[in-house]
Amino acid sequence: MNTSKTQKHRADLLVSCVHDRAPDLIPALEAEVKRRGLEGEVKVVEAGCRGFCSMGPVLLIQPDGTFYVNVQPADVPEMVEETLVKGRVVERMTYQEPSSHACALYEDISFYSKQHRIVLRNCGMLNPASVEEYIAVGGYEAVGKALFDMTPEGVIEEVKKAGLRGRGGAGFAAARKWETGRKAEGDIKYVLANGDEGDPNCFMDRALMEADPHSILEGMIIGAYAMDAHQGYIYIPYEHTLSVKTMRNAIESARAYGLIGEDILGSGFDFEVEVRVGAHSFVGGESTALMHAIEGTVSEPRPKHIHTTEVGLWGKPTCLNNVKTWNLVPEIIGKGAEWFASIGTEKSTGTQVFSLAGKINNVGLAEVPMGTTIRELIFDVGGGIPNGREFKAIQIGGPSGGAVPASLLDMPMDYETLEEAGSMMGTGGVVVLDDRSCVIDVARYFLDFLKDQSCGKCSSCREGIRYMLEMLTNITEGKGKMSDLEVLERMGKSVKISSMCGLGKSVPNPVLSTLRHFRDEYVAHIEDHKCPAGVCKALIEHYINDQCNGCGLCLRKCPQDAITGEKKELHTIDAEKCIQCGVCFDVCRFDAVGVR
Amino acid sequence: MEQTKLERVDEIIDCYGADKALSLAVLQEIQTEYNYLPRELLERVAERLGLPEGEVYRMATFYHSFSTKPRGDFCIRVCMGTACHVNGGPRVLEAFERELGIKAGESTPDGAYSLEATACLGACAQAPYVTINEEPHAKVTTDRVSDVVATCNCALPEAE
Repeated sequence: MNTSKTQKHRADLLVSCVHDRAPDLIPALEAEVKRRGLEGEVKVVEAGCRGFCSMGPVLLIQPDGTFYVNVQPADVPEMVEETLVKGRVVERMTYQEPSSHACALYEDISFYSKQHRIVLRNCGMLNPASVEEYIAVGGYEAVGKALFDMTPEGVIEEVKKAGLRGRGGAGFAAARKWETGRKAEGDIKYVLANGDEGDPNCFMDRALMEADPHSILEGMIIGAYAMDAHQGYIYIPYEHTLSVKTMRNAIESARAYGLIGEDILGSGFDFEVEVRVGAHSFVGGESTALMHAIEGTVSEPRPKHIHTTEVGLWGKPTCLNNVKTWNLVPEIIGKGAEWFASIGTEKSTGTQVFSLAGKINNVGLAEVPMGTTIRELIFDVGGGIPNGREFKAIQIGGPSGGAVPASLLDMPMDYETLEEAGSMMGTGGVVVLDDRSCVIDVARYFLDFLKDQSCGKCSSCREGIRYMLEMLTNITEGKGKMSDLEVLERMGKSVKISSMCGLGKSVPNPVLSTLRHFRDEYVAHIEDHKCPAGVCKALIEHYINDQCNGCGLCLRKCPQDAITGEKKELHTIDAEKCIQCGVCFDVCRFDAVGVR
Repeated sequence: MEQTKLERVDEIIDCYGADKALSLAVLQEIQTEYNYLPRELLERVAERLGLPEGEVYRMATFYHSFSTKPRGDFCIRVCMGTACHVNGGPRVLEAFERELGIKAGESTPDGAYSLEATACLGACAQAPYVTINEEPHAKVTTDRVSDVVATCNCALPEAE
């Protein structure tokens, strides 16, 4: 890593997560390094995302591999003194495994050691603003190989042999798309990179654009060569300011090296690429919607009787791939199809990046081979469930996916198996639910989200979402009927078959999958008027147990003045006044507030 | 005042070469500048780009990041991503509603605060997550809401 740098410097400090969370960290490190006269020996690098969100900001010291977590500017003097001057590890800054032993070295941390990082290969390992660092780790070699040693057909053949499937969600074979694009009539063709990450809880595309922009560009150049396209666009919502800035900077620095523009590397092949800034919308990631946005209209989908690979952007053949798909192309061309196909399962080759969130210890980005079991992902890489709670389900694939219950923990995760279980891979968003999360509440949440995201063209999707939402809301408020379940099932199935785009076709998944795997919870809500997880407000009651020592904090904080009790004596909640806002639960330091 | 706003919009449009394909970028700049999209300015955009007013209005109302109503000096956004949801985001939003006396999507009558329930902000490790004018507030619990709002009051004299 950073070969040119490590020769000059004794140590590289690779700092991640500084953009939002610790803007003062880099200046603090630089100032301290300068103050100690270590400038010539130590280099501070603003590296991109390393994917360990729950531990950020993180700091990796290369080449020795010391890894510090939750690094704050106040920690800097001690860290520099101990580690860089005296060569000792600062124990309190190291990562503590949930199994409770400290890990000082990057390679020993199970969150990283159990991953197989291909998409994220460079993330957090180099300075995303430096094309030289990308070239130093072998970047842009695959472009040279493709342009000089391979025919366009040969490139497509290699991608086909690798079995690469689009990482944007649907898992469509990339080579088939490229092949149709190549064969399509027309002198103008386009390649597009989809950086419009719409799923809640997915942050891998953004992280990738911000941490390793050149890998995406390199893939696009190779794809354009294979398709005979000469213009590319990268679509990014303007909310992702850092992604836009990093990608634009990458394009300019690649151009300076003759990697973008006319006659790339003297091969005679021309390729231009531009960032198009859009605005965030969930349906905007759909291929035709995204093309509409680039054309300057509202990002709404259109029917795809004719594929966009034949009639796409401005009516021209267009090949759209997710940024992660593009990122994988240079690796496949560089290391060969056999290597890629040997990872993962037969039909789902390679790896998948999951964004882990919800009730899980290691929130962040984890990349594992396709076919890894849920148990391995959640417990080995993800560090298990916080506070010793019980695992209940994962909601995978975002609002289009579904819930997979604990009974399927040993199920391998690949495109086919997940679909059989009523869920989908999607873009790999994983939200972990524990025994305090209500699956019906989560399904209702997704419908509530989707009701604003449906473009409204298909009545089945537009109205179907609203009806299902109303029914689920009734159920969570204890007003449901058993017959609702059958109606929900029927309606879900008909919305699926009668909607035009991928959004409508997958909208009912959270409802259908929870109906399938968690029917007993529906029954509990409807017949017993109980929310087993203690979430649905109309069906729960806050109470104070005998752990209460009468500190009076909840009494003072209650917005309804519903809590009474003398100092140092057991308090009680007046159920009439209580609005189940949960403030008492949040403030209590003695676990004395319960929910039933 | 209106005249200067219209002139500023003309500048923005000129900057993008009055290209219809970049109308979204024009709206984004206006939104950044004025914190919302005033009707008169949308009309100007339509006129200058040769688009029907309805088309510009459709764009302005389709994307959730645009607002056609003025926003408060302090725009409080409560993340409604899935991770925030399962970690108590809705309860935090309700606490803000109680604290400010307004509902999500509204602004306080004095124009100081507006409250929005927003789509996932991608800070799942910091759930429930709230931003106030881009300033992040991590792991906000219901009991911390009044303190979080109070941080704005401290900043108020500077803002004016």
